[in-house]
Amino acid sequence: MHLELRGITKRFPGVVANDAVDLVVEPGQVHGLLGENGAGKSTLMNILYGLYRADEGEILVDGQPLELDGPGDAIAAGIGMVHQHFMLVPVFTVAENILLGVERTHQLGRLDRARSSREVRELAERSGLPVDPDAIVEDLAVGVQQRVEILKALYRDARLLILDEPTAVLTPQEADDLFEAIRGFTAEGRSVIFISHKLREHRAIADRISVLRRGRIVGTADPRTATEQELANLMVGRPVELVVDKPRAQPQDIVLDVTNLVVQDLAGTTLVDDVNFEVRRGEIVAVAGVEGNGQTPLVRALTGLETILSGDVTVSGVSVTGRTRKDVLRAGVGHVPEDRAHDGLVADFSVAENLVLNLWDAEPFAKHATLQFREIDAHAKRLVEAYDVRTPSTATPAGSLSGGNQQKLVVAREFDRPIDLLVASQPTRGVDVGSIEYIHRQLVAKRDQGTAVLLVSSELDEVLALADRVAVMFHGRLVGPFPMPVSKEAVGRMMAGADPDEVLSGEPR
Amino acid sequence: MTDRHEDDPAGDPAESGPVALSEAEVARQEIEAAKEREAAITHLEPGAGFGKRFVAAVTGTSVLVTILSFVAAIVIGGVIIALTEPAVREAFGYFFARPGDAFREAWDVVSAAYVALFRGSLGGRAQISETLVSATPLILTGLAVAVPLRAGLFNIGAEGQLIAGGMLAGLVGFSVTGLPLVVHLPLAAAAGIAGGWVYGWLPGVLKARTGAHEVISTIMLNNIARLVTAWMISTTLFRRPDRSDPISKSVEASAQFPRFVDGLRVNTSLLMALGLAVFVFWLVERSTRGFELNAVGLNARAARAAGMDPDRTVIRAMATGGALAGAAGAALILGLQHRLTIGFSAGLGFDGITVALLGRGRIGGTVAAGLLFGALRAGGRSMQAQTGTSLDLVLVIQALIIVFIAAPGLVRAIFRVKADDLATGQVAKGWGS
Repeated sequence: MHLELRGITKRFPGVVANDAVDLVVEPGQVHGLLGENGAGKSTLMNILYGLYRADEGEILVDGQPLELDGPGDAIAAGIGMVHQHFMLVPVFTVAENILLGVERTHQLGRLDRARSSREVRELAERSGLPVDPDAIVEDLAVGVQQRVEILKALYRDARLLILDEPTAVLTPQEADDLFEAIRGFTAEGRSVIFISHKLREHRAIADRISVLRRGRIVGTADPRTATEQELANLMVGRPVELVVDKPRAQPQDIVLDVTNLVVQDLAGTTLVDDVNFEVRRGEIVAVAGVEGNGQTPLVRALTGLETILSGDVTVSGVSVTGRTRKDVLRAGVGHVPEDRAHDGLVADFSVAENLVLNLWDAEPFAKHATLQFREIDAHAKRLVEAYDVRTPSTATPAGSLSGGNQQKLVVAREFDRPIDLLVASQPTRGVDVGSIEYIHRQLVAKRDQGTAVLLVSSELDEVLALADRVAVMFHGRLVGPFPMPVSKEAVGRMMAGADPDEVLSGEPR
Repeated sequence: MTDRHEDDPAGDPAESGPVALSEAEVARQEIEAAKEREAAITHLEPGAGFGKRFVAAVTGTSVLVTILSFVAAIVIGGVIIALTEPAVREAFGYFFARPGDAFREAWDVVSAAYVALFRGSLGGRAQISETLVSATPLILTGLAVAVPLRAGLFNIGAEGQLIAGGMLAGLVGFSVTGLPLVVHLPLAAAAGIAGGWVYGWLPGVLKARTGAHEVISTIMLNNIARLVTAWMISTTLFRRPDRSDPISKSVEASAQFPRFVDGLRVNTSLLMALGLAVFVFWLVERSTRGFELNAVGLNARAARAAGMDPDRTVIRAMATGGALAGAAGAALILGLQHRLTIGFSAGLGFDGITVALLGRGRIGGTVAAGLLFGALRAGGRSMQAQTGTSLDLVLVIQALIIVFIAAPGLVRAIFRVKADDLATGQVAKGWGS
């Protein structure tokens, strides 16, 4: 499909979400749409999918103007969209979801399940998106659910597929599988609009990249020649540091000491299997690994959110095993949780309230069981200033800040307390490039102030850029930590389960 | 290499050398964007549970919508008054001959009813007294629903908690004798509060420990309270010896809330209600416990991650709600009825739901809503006496208010409110990326 957007403008009360956007997608092309959170990417795509009506501008499909009154028109025109949040009926089967609205029936409207199932299976195989048509959707992994969404669009014969942040929910392997499938679509002459704010992914899959900033296309680039640095600068609107500049670590005494730690889930499956390591004052130990290999329960156990089945965790020589979350936090542990929206912030609470979320009943923020709003607000003003949180005021609900600023809020709260140990889990997930830079600098600064830092990240580049020692988790077991430098290849192989002795024997030490 | 659109005002930073978009400019834009989102967002994620969405919906309702809901309900109530009046219907029978008659007739009937309603609630000392008498238990049961609401819990059980509190207050009120008022009255009132506390604590524990949904368990506990009361009042412990019908002994004079003025029913239980309201305001809006309560109500996972104990907060919220409903029971028995009868609660616990919703789950708002509904009650009684318009109309108006509050989109459509709120539905979710 040849798609052309001409001068698309969309205004919401008080803000121009899309400002005279021009975009051309050639048949068989993967067109990357790059931009920070709030740049207007989703708005543009919702216009193309008929969910919003553009105030100005026109959409041309194969040279013909297209009028969209709703997603139905878009689908009829051969445009399919996979939203960031899936639109699936969880209790229906894969085939039922895919055929929803275009059901195959016998006479009298009885569903022809056998035929539905067969058609879906054929489509899945043809498209390189294997999935069991009779599986219940809610039982499927997120990556597979996404395949169902894509198949839904393909079943309706989409010739242009819009993928809105498709990799945000995927493991690196699943992302690779998705990229493989995307290449298959384009080989058939379908076009794809690929939305992401991850530079690397655009360079991996896109044939052409358009960069959106504040509702405007600020540039287009050829992924083969444009560097990540150039793209980042274009996206953010100013030069961005992609490399972390850090002095040598000066490790001192042991702060976090983990011995024989075992964590199981309710069903008795072992999630963390006999893990041993230590983190010293003044160093960053980074834990790499493909998500789902036990990093999440490990962090939860270390920070008092998960029950420890056996083993011991001590912080500055004091055992925190079996202590409540509050005890652990007050024992000098800072925690930047991986799921900011669910664990890190109360979206409807103000910036000021969120900044004392885990100190709400401590002096000076509370006296005689009464909140001291003056203290809370003064504290908030100081932190907003010191950590460069961009907010209209300290009374603004945290949920209205951008992802990066929300994360800065969490960072400010956790870093500003007197802590001996900082556990940062996926600290830059869903955060724009400018804020990533900032958070990385803060992590190094915290280390240099003499805090022990444990970084858990599934972004290999982040691990390698920040770690003084690197450990890898695979199937609940932890290998390492090994002192840096360790090559990216070596860490990658250990993430896939390779024996560390073998991997590291070939490394230049 | 990157090629630029010619109309790009910022330019390519790599080429133009100096920073195209200054740090300050970026900061300003981010703050602008946050302001926009602040105006447009209600934080309703698709996956959020009923409790969270409900709390956000109720507490997120704007004051404007609340007021307009009231206006709309009054207008529709007026239409109902007009339609149920035979003279008006008759005039509409020859509407096309003389349309003026129909409208004049309707206007007369509706205005007479509403004037009677207004005079009956605020028209004099006696009327104001009746308004306050009606408002006292409504304020307390309203708070009994509002406090758990802030913790994300929908307390349908204020009725049962009120019954439990009234029973215990009454029992202490008539079975303990020989105490002076300053001891006996507080004792009986405290017994009522304790009774409600226990009866609210129970569904709280069930929720926290077993996950039993508080809506279901409180509905069932309401039935239990109602039926057990009916039986207990007929036992010798409660029943008046000289009566065979189910009516309890009378509360000792030393356990009755004194009236302010002879001849007016308004009594000092109003002071208890207002005192508790002040305390609850501090508790929910100003105290550390309230911070936990609100955090748990809005995001229990984040509350837990911050070191709070959501389970304990749930139990506390329900128990506090129960205690307030228990106080309503005590106010009713010790201040007004002075004896227990079957059905003494008269649905006041359920009215508390309406009051709390109209008060948007805020403490001040709930007190105001309680006073308003008290006025409607008192005025409605005198309206019925004077103009023959049924007291049930007041209940219809109450119900309509809640329907409108529950459907803010409807109110906006009726009044064509062009608020930025229009953006809340779609835009909040898909906006930006």
